Amino acid sequence: MTQDAHRAKRNKFLLGLLPLLIFSGLIGAMGYQLLFGKDPSLIPSALIGDPVPRVELEALKQDKPGFGPQDFGPTPGNDQPILVNVFASWCVPCRAEHPIITALAEEQNIPVYGLNSKDTREAALDWLDELGDPYTRIGYDPTGRAGIEWGVYGYPETFLINPQGQVVYKYVGPISPRILNEEFLPRIEALRAQ
Amino acid sequence: MRNFCLIVSILVALAIPASVITATPGFAVLPDEKLSDPNLENRAREISKDIRCLVCQNQSIDDSNADLARDLRIIVRERLTAGDSNQQVKDYLVARYGDYVLLTPPLNLETVFLWAGPFLLVAIGMVIIFLWYRNRTPETDATPITNTTGLSPAERQRLAELMAEESPQERSTEKSGKM
Repeated sequence: MTQDAHRAKRNKFLLGLLPLLIFSGLIGAMGYQLLFGKDPSLIPSALIGDPVPRVELEALKQDKPGFGPQDFGPTPGNDQPILVNVFASWCVPCRAEHPIITALAEEQNIPVYGLNSKDTREAALDWLDELGDPYTRIGYDPTGRAGIEWGVYGYPETFLINPQGQVVYKYVGPISPRILNEEFLPRIEALRAQ
Repeated sequence: MRNFCLIVSILVALAIPASVITATPGFAVLPDEKLSDPNLENRAREISKDIRCLVCQNQSIDDSNADLARDLRIIVRERLTAGDSNQQVKDYLVARYGDYVLLTPPLNLETVFLWAGPFLLVAIGMVIIFLWYRNRTPETDATPITNTTGLSPAERQRLAELMAEESPQERSTEKSGKM
């Protein structure tokens, strides 16, 4: 057989391998996304980099204030990052993350504002009595309208606000110890180091 | 070349129905949400069909029974009643939830590949098919080979050897070196 025929045969063989290669490539790409990729249901907040929404929240408790845009940002009282935690008494994952929110507030000494959304006052107060109240301020949003201003679509959600009053980060879903260590603590530290 | 045209027309024929068929309307609007003004209500329905329900994500708020979808439908109607244009209502939602809330993503730098991708792929495919056909045309067409000087000296020598050593009878029985 001539050299040309050899080459033709080899080319034909390689061409036949092409579909297999493309298929393996697809399997690889999809498998990677499936195992290590980001959860596509998590939507990044549209507010990142923007000042907090201009919405005033009434107080949930008599002895604890609600909050509005003036409670963030470069005012003398606010020279450190703030967390905003959206919660509701009916939300089971909120219950799961509550100890971590409590630990964040106590151990990191970071103000956590609670945004009690689509809840009733009685149920929310009972919930806090039972699980403890780590919040510095709690806003009451029975209609969920303030939640929409904040771009909330799942419960719980937790926002990190920088000392300038801008949204830096949002996490949708309950904060696990891993999320706390990998996502929140480094960001809080970086904001404090500035 | 006729085959090339055939393949292209098949591709086009396949592409058309895919772009025409749209999702069947589910429509989850509750009676208490509806606006009394049919004009505004129609506009609300039209906007809602292009707003993604962020909880179910592949349904529009017009189709979804989720709580948040209902809240957003009510907001759409409130904004319209307040005198917003369709675009202003969409902008209001995009400001809170990002471009992702639109089921028709806007054309910008981030989405240019999304929009141009299908056309790019069809163009690449057509180029590949065209090149493929152009390369195989000389074999299929019965074009007489006029260029007889196309053999290299080595090939000419080998040809001369074969001509010299094989008698016509032997050649007809021998298995050729063809693959």
